[in-house]
Amino acid sequence: MLDLSQYQSIGEALRDALDQYSNQVCLIEADREREKERLTYRDFKERAHSLSKALQAGGFSAGARASIIMTNQSKWLISACAIFFAGGVLVPLDYKLTPDEQWQLLKHSGATVLITEYPIWRQLSAAAGRAAAANVRTVLVTEAPANADLSGAQRWEEFCGTGEPVFIARKRSDTACIVYSSGTGGRPKGCMMTHENYLEQCIALTSIYPFWPGARYLSILPTNHAIDFMVGFFGPFTCGATVVHLRTMRPEYVREAFPKYKITYVSLVPLVLKNLQKGLQAHFDALAPGKRKVFNALVRINKALTRRRPRLGISQRLLKQVHEAFGGELRAVIVGGAFSEPQTLQFFYDLGIPVANGYGLTEAGTAITVNDLKPFRADTVGKPLPGMEVRIVNPSADGVGEVTVRSKTVMAGYLNEPELTAETIVDGWLLTGDLGRFDETGHLQLTGRKKNMIVTEEGKNIYPEDVEAVFESLPVKEFCVFAANYIWPKRSMVGEKLVLVLHLEPGQQYGEKLRMDINARNNRLLNYKRIHGVVLLDEDFPRTASLKIRRNVLAERLAKLDSAAAILAL
Amino acid sequence: MRTLEQTTQEVLDLAAKHFQLPAGSLAPGDDFFKKLGIDSLRTLEMLSRLENHFGIELPDYEVQGVSDFKTLAERIQSRL
Repeated sequence: MLDLSQYQSIGEALRDALDQYSNQVCLIEADREREKERLTYRDFKERAHSLSKALQAGGFSAGARASIIMTNQSKWLISACAIFFAGGVLVPLDYKLTPDEQWQLLKHSGATVLITEYPIWRQLSAAAGRAAAANVRTVLVTEAPANADLSGAQRWEEFCGTGEPVFIARKRSDTACIVYSSGTGGRPKGCMMTHENYLEQCIALTSIYPFWPGARYLSILPTNHAIDFMVGFFGPFTCGATVVHLRTMRPEYVREAFPKYKITYVSLVPLVLKNLQKGLQAHFDALAPGKRKVFNALVRINKALTRRRPRLGISQRLLKQVHEAFGGELRAVIVGGAFSEPQTLQFFYDLGIPVANGYGLTEAGTAITVNDLKPFRADTVGKPLPGMEVRIVNPSADGVGEVTVRSKTVMAGYLNEPELTAETIVDGWLLTGDLGRFDETGHLQLTGRKKNMIVTEEGKNIYPEDVEAVFESLPVKEFCVFAANYIWPKRSMVGEKLVLVLHLEPGQQYGEKLRMDINARNNRLLNYKRIHGVVLLDEDFPRTASLKIRRNVLAERLAKLDSAAAILAL
Repeated sequence: MRTLEQTTQEVLDLAAKHFQLPAGSLAPGDDFFKKLGIDSLRTLEMLSRLENHFGIELPDYEVQGVSDFKTLAERIQSRL
């Protein structure tokens, strides 16, 4: 791999990687059973440079911001590479957000270029004038049908420059990406990630989970997500490995991809991992009694032999059929984005499939800790990665306190939010808002959250403030959304729910009409953002001088209620 | 050629059968995540069943953000 300690920027490292590995396959793109594209690093360079040249011809220069809103596909990575080559700042946005949310973040980010897919642009451009209002001057859309109305956009495929683009150098301390960790509500949190953040994170991660020419990574998590950006783009590219994109997430095609492309690594969110476990378990349960007995014995032998460390060769021979279903070359499943249940992680490890369980947040540059598998520990999120200093602040008697991090991978700050940045990074230490403790072997165990937010099993961070807008003008005196675990702390990071706290008008009852109104508004939210219950409080909410709700004080008052009785079902 | 009403009815019948609910228990305006209590992965399962039934391909991006049977039926109808 490239020696990233010698590089100044993502663009510089990618530039050299494209030359160094020019004959290797860098991308495979498949749609269901059909392989659509297979690009070498040379092919990739040609396309990225052509796009970069066209962007430069349009006035795109150092520090200019360009956003990508796309599903996982080759053009995502080609576009990102073109932006970095031209010295630009990438703003990767989640394609699953609503058009309103996407426009809000585009405006906040200051992106003047938007690169997106035609179906997404169709939704974004449904209301006229949004691009101008957000100051987005160039829109490129991929895969638009021949006679499509482009609503002012240009075709990505035809946006080509001739000749070589000029490589624009950036410093390590320059912003490489603005990544939104939350904030589609009142206060967007745009994490300014520097080139150094990514270079150092990549060095740390590949020291434990290396890539090499011929290794194949199956990209399933959205590439705008910090994990896929690192292990599904920058990591494999700087090592000459191959990234496989599927244009569908249907489980049957995902399953087929493992043996078809001989996958080496894949990243999954806990929800998908659990689903895989369920499918495998059902298959094992259906085995004839005799076969089941033999299988169970083989699993027991595998467990005994891999107690100290994974022994892939042995596991692949012992549990041949299981490993062949995953292509026979799977080195590890990387799990992230949300908390994974230890029992699920252990299930896979017992089958000889190492699960790289870790912990991180966008603000810290992808991963803070990861399980080094020496030995595998399903009950922890692993040890700090090289270069990460992790401290537990204000620990209780049993060692549990807030997890704080200091590292070259910690973001420069939140875009346009100096106060929020100062509250989050104190004396160089990032306050994660997560609670945990170190065990005697130096593994981090997470126990809950200090912050008012939830993370779903699909790896979505949901902040209560971001869903409140939908309840505006609700006919009540006042309302507020909370993470239930923030009010009633639990030593758990699964099954987290949001609740809507209502203070009714004098004499008002919580009746059917109000309940239906809440339900109708709730249904307008994406399914994973919805509230799960209502809590009634018959007193004025505490507020600041500027009339903002003092959420921490309100939470303390609510905590006196019995949660089981207080949360009313919708 | 099916009408939109016929397509919608077939979507409802198939979803009810797949998730073992009484016939007629689903309505076009129902939110399938909530009514069926399913997550995004189980929704993809349902889409595969619908594709087989109607003999079409429904790309993931076409159903991005769709959560009610009526809109889902409209997306299917446009590909029939």
